Amino acid sequence: MRRIILTYILSVFFAASSFAQDHGTHGHDEHAGTDAGEHHTEVICGEEVDHSFDPGKTAFHHVSDQNVYSIGPLYIPLPCILYVPGEGFHTFSSGKFEPGHHASGHKAIDRFVLFEGTVRRVSDPSFPEGEVEISGFVPKVEVNEDGKEVDVVYVCYNDQLYLAEPKSTLDPGLFGGGITSFYDFSVTKNVVSMIVVFILLAWMFISVANAYKKRDGMAPKGLQSLIEPVFLFIQDEVAKPFIGNKWEQYLPFLQALFFFILGLNLFGQIPFFGNSNVTGNLAFTGVLALFTFFVVNLNGNKHYWEHIFWMPGVPAWVKVVLTPVEFLGLFIKPFTLMLRLAANISAGHIVLVVFVGLIFVFGKGQLAPSIGTAIGSTLLSMFMMSIELLVAFIQAFVFTLLTASYIGAATEEVHH
Amino acid sequence: MAPIGMGIAVIGAGLGIGLIGSKAMEAIARQPEAVGDIRANMILTAALVEGAALIAIILSLVAG
Repeated sequence: MRRIILTYILSVFFAASSFAQDHGTHGHDEHAGTDAGEHHTEVICGEEVDHSFDPGKTAFHHVSDQNVYSIGPLYIPLPCILYVPGEGFHTFSSGKFEPGHHASGHKAIDRFVLFEGTVRRVSDPSFPEGEVEISGFVPKVEVNEDGKEVDVVYVCYNDQLYLAEPKSTLDPGLFGGGITSFYDFSVTKNVVSMIVVFILLAWMFISVANAYKKRDGMAPKGLQSLIEPVFLFIQDEVAKPFIGNKWEQYLPFLQALFFFILGLNLFGQIPFFGNSNVTGNLAFTGVLALFTFFVVNLNGNKHYWEHIFWMPGVPAWVKVVLTPVEFLGLFIKPFTLMLRLAANISAGHIVLVVFVGLIFVFGKGQLAPSIGTAIGSTLLSMFMMSIELLVAFIQAFVFTLLTASYIGAATEEVHH
Repeated sequence: MAPIGMGIAVIGAGLGIGLIGSKAMEAIARQPEAVGDIRANMILTAALVEGAALIAIILSLVAG
């Protein structure tokens, strides 16, 4: 009976949350096409801007990092720290942009604008410095010099269009990124989520550690009972079997990895709480994978390096083929760690947004089909959310497990 | 072309992970007391297979 009640409460909670998410997205749509019917268009600076619902774009917008923290319809401003080479640092609160519908700002500050939650910069010198009112954004798709289609955004000010450049990114143009006129060192939504999870974990572990000191020899109680089995699981099922007899040395690293990833995975799944996608961010998982890379390779023994550069016990011509493969493997291992975590978590977030987006694809603004699809997509989202809960644990576990097995392979003693 | 490439990559990963799962189930049925070891190794192998598929998916996203 208790289980049935619990299941009921949980499903109502999930249903309510995804309905509210539906409502949130619906808000955008209403705003966009007040009475334009099928074509949600608006004229900004003489350009027709199409506001009709695009599920793919919405999904990518929801998984990307932002300079505002949105909780439901609320926008919590975050500090912006922007560096322009030659000009120095600009620091101000993102609330100064006055983010409105879809987290796009109504103001430009020192040539910076806020488009869909991310800061962009107008590098055109004819655009005024200081705080100015802008009349809107015109997103376009243009073909760049490589013949690739890229999304560009123009700002409309004084009936003139100015190109708004995105921030510099490390990717060499693969996803349309690269070095632009400014660098963004802001405390973004992801950074805030990381700080929150860090504080939560620190509080949990310090209080649990104190409890062990105080209640020495007694049965665990409260938070201890929550942490202990998980902690022991990583110690006994991951560290000991996969690393071998030096496991104690690497246990803190593995535990930190596991709990930080798990905490962020779960934090990103709380409905209405910003749904930050930190573990789905390639830069974040890349740094974690880099830690693994250094821990594994700095601790690698002679035996490990010998197996990479001059595999013993195989003919010489095989060694010629094997050495480059093994050498590449050094980098492919952390690379797949990075991709696996980011792709799995992002996929979960995208699927949820797309399921909710189905309502607008099939509903087309009419009530009856909207309600029909809303019921179906709520059920689907509920199902996906429970799967994502599982994925949050599995991916944190897999990252830790693979790290442990790489460390184990690098520090294994010779048994020939 | 990118979606087609992703689909093909997923076929391979699906076959691989399916085989891993089926063999793990058989192994657990034969030796239920080894379920812990089998599960950990199953997830490890599945993660490795998945890694290859993810590289294919990302490459098709980038190239497409």
